[in-house]
Amino acid sequence: MEDDAPVIYGLEFQARALTPQTAETDAIRFLVGTQSLKYDNQIHIIDFDDENNIINKNVLLHQAGEIWHISASPADKGVLATCYNKTSDSRVQACAAVWRMPKELESGSHESPDDPASTAQTLELLCHLDNGAHGNVACVVWEPMGDGKKVISLADSRILLWDLQASSSQAVLASSAALEGRGQLRFTAGRWSPHHNCTQVATASDTTLRGWDTRSMSQIYCIENAHGQLVRDLDFNPNKQYYLASCGDDCKVKFWDTRNVTEPVKTLEEHSHWVWSVRYNHSHDQLVLTGSSDSRVILSNMVSISSEPFGHLVDDDDVSDPEEHHTEKSKEPLQDNVIATYEEHEDSVYAVDWASADPWLFASLSYDGRLVINRVPRALKYHILL
Amino acid sequence: MAAAAAVGSGPGDSPEGPEADAPERRRKAHGMLKLYYGLSEGEAAGHSAGPDPLDPTDLNGAHFDPEVYLDKLRRECPLAQLMDSETDMVRQIRALDSDMQTLVYENYNKFISATDTIRKMKNDFRKMEDEMDRLATNMAVITNFSARISATLQDRHERITKLAGVHALLRKLQFLFELPSRLTKCVELGAYGQAVRYQGRARAVLQQYQHLPSFRAIQDDCQVITARLAQQLRQRFREGCSGAPEQAECVELLLALGEPAEELCEEFLAHARGRLEEELSSLETELGPSPPAPDVLEFTDRGGNGFVGGLCQVAAAYQELFAAQGPTGTQKLAAFARELGGRYFVLVERRLAQEQGGSDNSLLVRALDRFHRRLRAPGALLAAAGLSESATEIVERVARERLSHHLQGLRAAFLSCLTDVRQALAAPRLAGKEGPSLAELLANVASSILSHIKASLASVHLFTAKEVSFSNKPYFRGEFCSQGVREGLIVGFIRSMCQTAQSFCDSPGEKGGATPPALLLLLSRLCLDYETATISYILTLTDEQFLVQDQSPVTPVSTLCAEARETARRLLTHYVKVQGLVISQMLRKSVETRDWLSTLEPRNVRAVMKRVVEDTTAIDVQVGLLYEEGVRKAQSSDSSKRTFSVYSSSRQQGRYAPSYTPSAPMDTNLLSNIQKLFSERIDVFSPVEFNKVSVLTGIIKISLKTLLECVRLRTFGRFGLQQVQVDCHFLQLYLWRFVADEELVHLLLDEVVASAALRCPDPVPMEPSVVEVICERG
Repeated sequence: MEDDAPVIYGLEFQARALTPQTAETDAIRFLVGTQSLKYDNQIHIIDFDDENNIINKNVLLHQAGEIWHISASPADKGVLATCYNKTSDSRVQACAAVWRMPKELESGSHESPDDPASTAQTLELLCHLDNGAHGNVACVVWEPMGDGKKVISLADSRILLWDLQASSSQAVLASSAALEGRGQLRFTAGRWSPHHNCTQVATASDTTLRGWDTRSMSQIYCIENAHGQLVRDLDFNPNKQYYLASCGDDCKVKFWDTRNVTEPVKTLEEHSHWVWSVRYNHSHDQLVLTGSSDSRVILSNMVSISSEPFGHLVDDDDVSDPEEHHTEKSKEPLQDNVIATYEEHEDSVYAVDWASADPWLFASLSYDGRLVINRVPRALKYHILL
Repeated sequence: MAAAAAVGSGPGDSPEGPEADAPERRRKAHGMLKLYYGLSEGEAAGHSAGPDPLDPTDLNGAHFDPEVYLDKLRRECPLAQLMDSETDMVRQIRALDSDMQTLVYENYNKFISATDTIRKMKNDFRKMEDEMDRLATNMAVITNFSARISATLQDRHERITKLAGVHALLRKLQFLFELPSRLTKCVELGAYGQAVRYQGRARAVLQQYQHLPSFRAIQDDCQVITARLAQQLRQRFREGCSGAPEQAECVELLLALGEPAEELCEEFLAHARGRLEEELSSLETELGPSPPAPDVLEFTDRGGNGFVGGLCQVAAAYQELFAAQGPTGTQKLAAFARELGGRYFVLVERRLAQEQGGSDNSLLVRALDRFHRRLRAPGALLAAAGLSESATEIVERVARERLSHHLQGLRAAFLSCLTDVRQALAAPRLAGKEGPSLAELLANVASSILSHIKASLASVHLFTAKEVSFSNKPYFRGEFCSQGVREGLIVGFIRSMCQTAQSFCDSPGEKGGATPPALLLLLSRLCLDYETATISYILTLTDEQFLVQDQSPVTPVSTLCAEARETARRLLTHYVKVQGLVISQMLRKSVETRDWLSTLEPRNVRAVMKRVVEDTTAIDVQVGLLYEEGVRKAQSSDSSKRTFSVYSSSRQQGRYAPSYTPSAPMDTNLLSNIQKLFSERIDVFSPVEFNKVSVLTGIIKISLKTLLECVRLRTFGRFGLQQVQVDCHFLQLYLWRFVADEELVHLLLDEVVASAALRCPDPVPMEPSVVEVICERG
């Protein structure tokens, strides 16, 4: 079973922001935001043709500023939110806005003409989220299962819940809460839990993880000193409601059960520098992807704390005899291990994410603008499926 | 024949062949003589027989024909050889003649002397014959006289015999008649033994003649007296005030009087029990909680003398007295001994348990030795009671507990060493007074642990000393040495040391934590020293002191060394992480808290950079105290003068050009990518080697990578960028000397400046000369 070679796409600028187009369920599409202080920033819409192993791209101009974070609406393919830096003479202001891309780019893979700069289309601004009034915005997260009407933004030490109205052209601040404590506390990352009817959000600030209830905007749990140093990212297990993963500057990836915040369930120490991003696979939560500034992407198989600790359980009725034998073999408790280390990057990897349409495909983005699309090794894929 | 040999091709020569050895030659000479005397010619010829014994030319053969031989010679040999053989033969003939003469003379002499001897013997024998005849006649006369005397004395002899018989009978009768009075007297005087003996002698006779009235009266009297006697004896026995030997005597007498043995046996044991229990309770009061417990040696002595001695006496007396009882009696005694012995052991164990905390092993071993030695006697006497085995078990148990006690002691000693080090490290340095250096502290710790180990070994070694009675038990010869001392004590301690040391790496306080970095460094060096030398030294020492005969598998030295090395490596890596983190935090704070957009034109190196260099130097000194320098990558000598390639080389000029050209961003990426192609990937938190340079390289790598990542998160103004330039140049100037490969520092710092330039909307780099001036000034 020869695995396909990774597909590499190079951007002209530095880049940190990567997201799958969450609302798209058929095509494999990623959005990448660039960081350039001197030129107009771009959002690259990257379509991956799985059958032909070909990348098609479309470029949108994002003239508001360099993009630090990007997220796509779970309901509307054409809507996305960015956090960007607005640089005036002596001030840098981090803002957030919701945008709509041109209709024809929403789902089509029109290959644009050769010179992207000349014909690049522009995003249509739908609304600003607070426009810098509340502080520097670190990230924007959409309600995962909702209708794309609820958004949370993290600005300095405040967590803000927005209601998008009039087809997202108007953002109304629904509620907010502030982090209290000594010193200058700032949020670094946040994720919205897909469980509990989407009423929970988890945030990271300094070394602490916090859980929030979006209905009352109050803290529900708090993991002090989750990491030895700054926590960089976190993600919820899509299938186990109390499990979440976090990563940080201590080079570790930790898995938590939020019902017991004193100790992590499991700790991974595979990276040799800060871990910037951690993502659960959307359907097979044993697959965990991490990206680090040691320029590596690591795919781990965390079977023992996944929702399928004994492999895929098959109904007896469906199985004929020889296959049954095969399944029994795979039902032995599996070992947690690193599946693969991807070394295609040559600079720090700041973002990794799974494709929303294909559970076996993921993308990673390094600072030098290199986007690498990789697949889960086939042997493992069949092992999980069969 | 010799002539033939001289001829060389002589046929007589062939049988002997080349290996004609001494016996062969002698036999040949005999053969020649026999031949000469004409004795058994065939036999001689058979011996020296050549391939053809009938050959007439064989000089030694039986069928030698001189004519043929001469003919042959004449025909075959030249004249010179003929002459030679002639002279040779003449010489041989002469030699043979003289040999023969000598032999004849010798034999003649011998024959003459033999004739003389025979004549003398004939004379002597004639004289002896006469004397023998006289002896025979005398003997006959003596026999005659003797027979006559016997016949005369026969009659008297018979009468004397009869009278003697009567006398004896009368004596016996008298004894019987006097018996009652004698018995009474004996009883009155208390000579019970005598009385019993009399009674015993008379009993059978009285029994036999009891149909005669006079005897019957005597018997009745005797029985009355005997009954009284028995009663008195019992009385004495029950009073029990007298000692064990007297009691044994009483019992013996009673047995002789025919008292039922079963009952006596019970009573005897009951009495013995009473006495021994007294001993036990006196021992127990000594144990009692309130009064200060006596010396353990004294205690075992007292137990050994009082209880064990008593038990021995009882057992010996019992076996002597009730030997007739058979196996049931022995069983009874064994049960008795087992029960009391068990209680004694409980007491001893309680006492020994009090001793567990103590530090004086020699006293304990001596006490155990006495205890064990004392119990050997009853053990041999009463094998069934298993006293000896239980005693050995107790000793083993105590030995095991001592071992674990020593292990605890060693652990505690190690921990207290660590506490001392912590205090020494934390103690505020007084002005003008330097605290002990790390190397001294390390030496202190190492020697103190080693001396503790040696002390423990020495004190445990007492258990196996030759003069100690239990040292030749299989447990002490085998398992105690290998599993107990080597595995349990020494290996266990080294393992626990490694674990304790490793626990400092896993401590939850990851933010610098409660563990001072110097302690990590010191422990790491300690573990490394253990790996290289100390472990094998200690184990060799142990193996020598405790000649391990046990075949059970033991942990090999290499495994322990590997563990120690792993520990040392983890500690050192952790040290690097902790120190790197300290510097990283400084750098991060300095980058994060500054407003880089509105900063002023740089005039100085920022203080934090100086601080970083100072701290790194301090770490360098600290590590240098304990670790060797390590290997540096060879570099050109003028590296300190090297300026930054980023802003000095001409190719970089276009990189920060303010003018907009569409290809510029592509170039930037291309350049940095090409640069990266040729540089190796840097593993930031990679494991370190055991030397100073590697440690420092690790710390600097972590710090600079942090700086890089932090710079990338900020936006810089023109002067901000210039400040970064200045700072990096300053670091470049001072940090290269600490690392193994200075190219690494260059690479990382280049990347920091390049990233800062990318994060600057208005990148105007400072002139390199100005940068240098500022750095040299600052």
